[in-house]
Amino acid sequence: MDKVIASRTKGLTDVPFHYCPGCAHGIVHRLVAEVLEELEIMEKTIGVAPVGCSVFAYNYFNMDMQQAPHGRAPAVATGIKRVHPHSVVFTYQGDGDLAAIGTAEIVHAAARGENITVIFINNTTYGMTGGQSAPTTLLGQKTKTTPLGRDKEVNGYPIRVAEMLSTLEGAAYIARTAVFDPPHVNKTKKAITKAFNTQLKGLGFSMVEVLANCPTNWNMTPLDSLEWLKENMVPYYPLGEFKVSEEVDRNAS
Amino acid sequence: MPKELMDGNRAMAEAAVRAGCRYFFGYPITPQSEIPEYLSLRLPQVGGVYLQAESEVSAINMVYGAAGAGARVLTASSSPGISLMSEGISYIAAAELPCVIINVMRGGPGLGNIAPAQGDYNQAVRGIGHGDFNLIVLAPNSVQEMADYTILAFELADKYRNPVMILVDGLLGQMMEPVEFKEEPPKQFPKPWATTGAKDRPRNIINTLFIEPEELERLNLKLQEKYEQIKQEECRCENYLTEDAEIIVAAFGSCSRIAKAAVEEARELGIKAGLCRPITLWPFPEESVRKAAQKAKACLTAEMNAGQMVFDVRMALKDRIPVHHYGRMGGAVPTPGEILAQIKKIEVQING
Repeated sequence: MDKVIASRTKGLTDVPFHYCPGCAHGIVHRLVAEVLEELEIMEKTIGVAPVGCSVFAYNYFNMDMQQAPHGRAPAVATGIKRVHPHSVVFTYQGDGDLAAIGTAEIVHAAARGENITVIFINNTTYGMTGGQSAPTTLLGQKTKTTPLGRDKEVNGYPIRVAEMLSTLEGAAYIARTAVFDPPHVNKTKKAITKAFNTQLKGLGFSMVEVLANCPTNWNMTPLDSLEWLKENMVPYYPLGEFKVSEEVDRNAS
Repeated sequence: MPKELMDGNRAMAEAAVRAGCRYFFGYPITPQSEIPEYLSLRLPQVGGVYLQAESEVSAINMVYGAAGAGARVLTASSSPGISLMSEGISYIAAAELPCVIINVMRGGPGLGNIAPAQGDYNQAVRGIGHGDFNLIVLAPNSVQEMADYTILAFELADKYRNPVMILVDGLLGQMMEPVEFKEEPPKQFPKPWATTGAKDRPRNIINTLFIEPEELERLNLKLQEKYEQIKQEECRCENYLTEDAEIIVAAFGSCSRIAKAAVEEARELGIKAGLCRPITLWPFPEESVRKAAQKAKACLTAEMNAGQMVFDVRMALKDRIPVHHYGRMGGAVPTPGEILAQIKKIEVQING
């Protein structure tokens, strides 16, 4: 009899993603779903979907889901978590959602040490609305609304969310990873696992910022977009763990 | 149970706790701050959660999350803060989630002032946010009613899976009167749709996005059907001295107390005046208004706004009789004498 050595995670529903070919959302969805399945917490997890390309996340994550207004996912997650403190609550948000319209919600959720986990996809663009500039768009990067490249005199500077949130006492675990090759995909999964474990142990706010590609709106092939990510995004958005509270480290070891 | 002397804001807060509400998310704004102040102490005593959000925008979205998670949940604000909540309220209505929202109105527009006003009538009864939806809007006029209708608000919210607004003003919120809390336990409703973790059941999804127009239209039709049912079953109105009345004064909330005094003074002068007080502002109690005006030759709405209820009264009366308006704005409160002067003027017009 054939031996099954790999199968689709039960954390995802059996429907095809709507994402563009080569987009990193599919990979990160799978990683989150695998982690929830491996930690055996799917039955007590409630996910919050944002507005943006991942607005349909509620169709894919095979668990209770609530869809939030643009930028408000951390507030919606707070409401759910306060009602069910023993459940696991996560948000899945893009950079327009989290780093522009939702800055107040993410900063204060972290400052409160809200015991939720945030998966933050940074692909430097508004994907769903067709490739406009985001708070994370790099200087000089061309988008639909920075057709000559982002100019610091006009648009200011890109926001480093992981570094900013790591200054807050309530943040227990903050990391930035990327998904441009298999070793980094594995590192991303480890960070996501650590983030959910942080929540399970009640240690406070956890977030993994994932550098992701958007081949469609970057006008690149998927492979070129991954190269571009590695060469341009990683130098400005360094990878690593920015905040690991002592308790997280103690519990992880 | 003995009566307690309480202000309207604290009476609503205490009634919410007695209604089984254990979650409050809000943001400080005058003249409603006694509600969060009271609940910040009271809710932890009963195992509940009081959380001061970073904005009204955030507060209403915490309410959205908690309501989706199956809790009885409350927020309170005042006029400008309610405007900030309007997007979230639209989501809550679209997702058919129950919650109670208190608006202790203040003078407007803009930052306005902190004096009592009724300028948010249209905002409350015309759906408040984007899209076709309605709130159930209750307008108590005493501290006792504020307590009673808070409990009713939670029951109606759960029964119809719809946000309910208690629309009062700074006068009622700050005014102290004796209040008695009912001993009977509040009605509870099962919430099998709530996001509690999908254990031993199919997963629950709370969502307001429907890409296919026909699918979204189906939601809209379902909402309209529900609103029609609410119109049939939940209209509330108090008619006073209206059976033989030639002049009907229509007023709601705090202004109805002032109008009542004017009507009584008019009766002493031999003028057949009566008071029609809508208690549900949505659904608007059209039948009761028509009944109140059966023998009436004219109607006067007395409001602390520019005449926002006039349209609803005219629609109810189908323009059979003239509907006049007397209002003060910007936080000014009319006196019984001012309203009586209007009644006298109308009396001369209709009876010569």
